[in-house]
Amino acid sequence: MLEIKNLHARIGEKEILRGVNLVVPDGEIHAIMGPNGAGKSTLSYVLSGRDGYEVTEGEVIYDGQNILELPPEDRAAAGLFLAFQYPVELPGVGNANFLRTALNAIRRKRGEEELDAVAFLKLARAAVKSLHMKEDFLKRNVNVGFSGGEKKRNEMLQMALLQPGLAILDETDSGLDIDALKIVADGVNALRGPKFSALVITHYQRLLDHIVPDVVHVLSAGRIVRSGPKELALELEAHGYAGLEAA
Amino acid sequence: MSTTEMQALAEQKYKYGFTTEIEMEAFPRGLNEDIIRMISAKKEEPDWLLQWRLKAYAAWLEMEEPHWAKLHHPPIDYQDLYYYAAPAKAQPKSLDEVDPELLKTYEKLGIPLNERAALAGVAVDAVFDSVSVATTFRETLSKAGVIFCPISEAVREHPELVREYLGSVVPVRDNYFAALNSAVFSDGSFVYIPKGVRCPMELSTYFRINAKNTGQFERTLIIADEAASVSYLEGCTAPMRDENQLHAAVVELVAMDEAKIKYSTVQNWYPGDAEGKGGIYNFVTKRGACRGRNSKISWTQVETGSAITWKYPSCILQGDGSVGEFYSVALTNNYQQADTGTKMIHLGKNTTSTIISKGISAGHSNNTYRGLVKISAAASGARNFTQCDSLLIGDQCGAHTVPYIENRNMSAKVEHEATTSKIAEDQLFYCRSRGLSQEDAVGLIVNGFCKDVLKELPMEFAVEAQKLLSVSLEGSVG
Ligand SMILES: Nc1ncnc2c1ncn2[C@@H]1O[C@H](COP(=O)(O)OP(=O)(O)OP(=O)(O)O)[C@@H](O)[C@H]1O
Ligand SMILES: [Mg+2]
Repeated sequence: MLEIKNLHARIGEKEILRGVNLVVPDGEIHAIMGPNGAGKSTLSYVLSGRDGYEVTEGEVIYDGQNILELPPEDRAAAGLFLAFQYPVELPGVGNANFLRTALNAIRRKRGEEELDAVAFLKLARAAVKSLHMKEDFLKRNVNVGFSGGEKKRNEMLQMALLQPGLAILDETDSGLDIDALKIVADGVNALRGPKFSALVITHYQRLLDHIVPDVVHVLSAGRIVRSGPKELALELEAHGYAGLEAA
Repeated sequence: MSTTEMQALAEQKYKYGFTTEIEMEAFPRGLNEDIIRMISAKKEEPDWLLQWRLKAYAAWLEMEEPHWAKLHHPPIDYQDLYYYAAPAKAQPKSLDEVDPELLKTYEKLGIPLNERAALAGVAVDAVFDSVSVATTFRETLSKAGVIFCPISEAVREHPELVREYLGSVVPVRDNYFAALNSAVFSDGSFVYIPKGVRCPMELSTYFRINAKNTGQFERTLIIADEAASVSYLEGCTAPMRDENQLHAAVVELVAMDEAKIKYSTVQNWYPGDAEGKGGIYNFVTKRGACRGRNSKISWTQVETGSAITWKYPSCILQGDGSVGEFYSVALTNNYQQADTGTKMIHLGKNTTSTIISKGISAGHSNNTYRGLVKISAAASGARNFTQCDSLLIGDQCGAHTVPYIENRNMSAKVEHEATTSKIAEDQLFYCRSRGLSQEDAVGLIVNGFCKDVLKELPMEFAVEAQKLLSVSLEGSVG
């Protein structure tokens, strides 16, 4: 279970998160919507431990431990995964090598045995196939020269292999064509289960047609201003965010 | 942290820093004609070689250390060094007679000299301070007609070859350190690949400096006759000592018609401690002559060690259609300084050269690429491609690129690209969010940066080099 309690965070002098409260029980998928600049990506970075974000108040408990004290790599080992809004390019670093290094780092931290190259490739190939990606994806350098949609799919490939307990998807749907959207949704739905939960950040209902959320939250000006069932997304699509701040 | 803990930590970083306790024979400190005569006599050299040494010594006395490199160090007192140190026991005739203490040393360095335990397909010449202590797989090689032996032995057994080629690529007066080396060189490897022979295994020399206050002056000579080919690898380590130690080697390569020489170096001399104390001064002259038509010489180097590196492996592209390549990774951390690069001298028609240089600087280090591409009037159709990339880690270090181009032929094509970048915060965070530690993330990104060079190394050593890059950067970030 993820519990965010009265979370305040700032970048430099600027307070971006101004008291976020949010609970995501195991097995549930919650959507976060909200206007540009509301702090959605900031929330995802604070949760995964990026430098430069200062938490001034509040706590984040995941699986019973305060993860704000952990470095990003330990949060990953604890089960957190962030699919980036803007995935980062790593020139010269092969995708397969990157994935195996990451997977083994996490397995090591969890006290599991590392995978050798053969075992890993078997896993990776299966994941590539299930995401309808070309196999040469594994040979290419991480995100270098990938199209926008390919980068997003690569995030999903990583998620499929790392098998997180809590996935944060930051606008994974933006830049995807309709088929890719479906594939990404399938990828998330495949992980669904009593031990998996997700925060899906999006601007559009169309993703939520495929990944049906248990709860929809609206983040505006650094606070959750409304939460409701999946129908809330439809309402937002019809009326926009106007007037929500006051609510 | 206690001193022993500190030491343990430092040793973890430079795991080759141990010393070997073994009875040594050394000549008196300092350099003069008598020392040179003693070295020559010790090796039972013919008179022509002694005279050659003495001429080099006379030349050296009149020369000055070069000052054009971007390097700073206190003056070196050449009279305070030992110029010859060797294990006291008589030279072993076969591997079984090698001092067990030495075998253990090389085992610890990951270079088992026992042929059964050795890396498959790699023959090793092990040079310990001033002498070669063992050469493996000699029989296998001699069946193929390949000569691979200590150069002191080649002087005795193959004097005609040594006399013809020694100093033919790097003349005695080439530079200060080459002159010094010519006067006092004590051992190194000699390789001759006869016409039409592809050397059946990788050849390698492993240099180890052990004795205190001793300079190492090895000399390597590799000749590939017509249509012959060979891949050669050099590795080096030294104990951790507070004093700086001098290493001034000369390597000469000669490639005849259609011959190919691939020379790879993984240089891991002791770099000094985090405060810049100790470490090897590495002043090395490496040059290859592509004498024959369509011959090819390829240098690949991974330079992570030494307090100071001064080194420009070069190619003289004499034969028409000959090819020169230089692939380099130079990594400096803490207070290390490297001034390294290459010279590609195009003399023949349709000669081509490729230069790929990757410089990585961390800590307070300074890393300079210095290169010369020279195209003579006769070298019509010559082509060069140069790419120099620098990666900075932190903001206390320096990276410099000094490319010289001299083109006297209108039909020649010379291309140069250069970039400087930093490891970006978003790259590090991206890796860490996937579970990689900060250090693993840096290692991964740096190895990616060096990929175009590392893929040129023989497989077995590429993996070693990757690890070395990561280890050398430990503590440089965060
Ligand atoms: N490094 C930074 N320095 C200063 N301000 C920043 C920085 N990063 C984000 N901000 C500001 O913080 C606010 C929240 O940004 P954030 O990226 O979290 O918004 P978002 O909700 O994800 O928006 P979008 O829907 O456009 O992705 C914005 O006003 C943004 O300009
Ligand atoms: Mg955003």
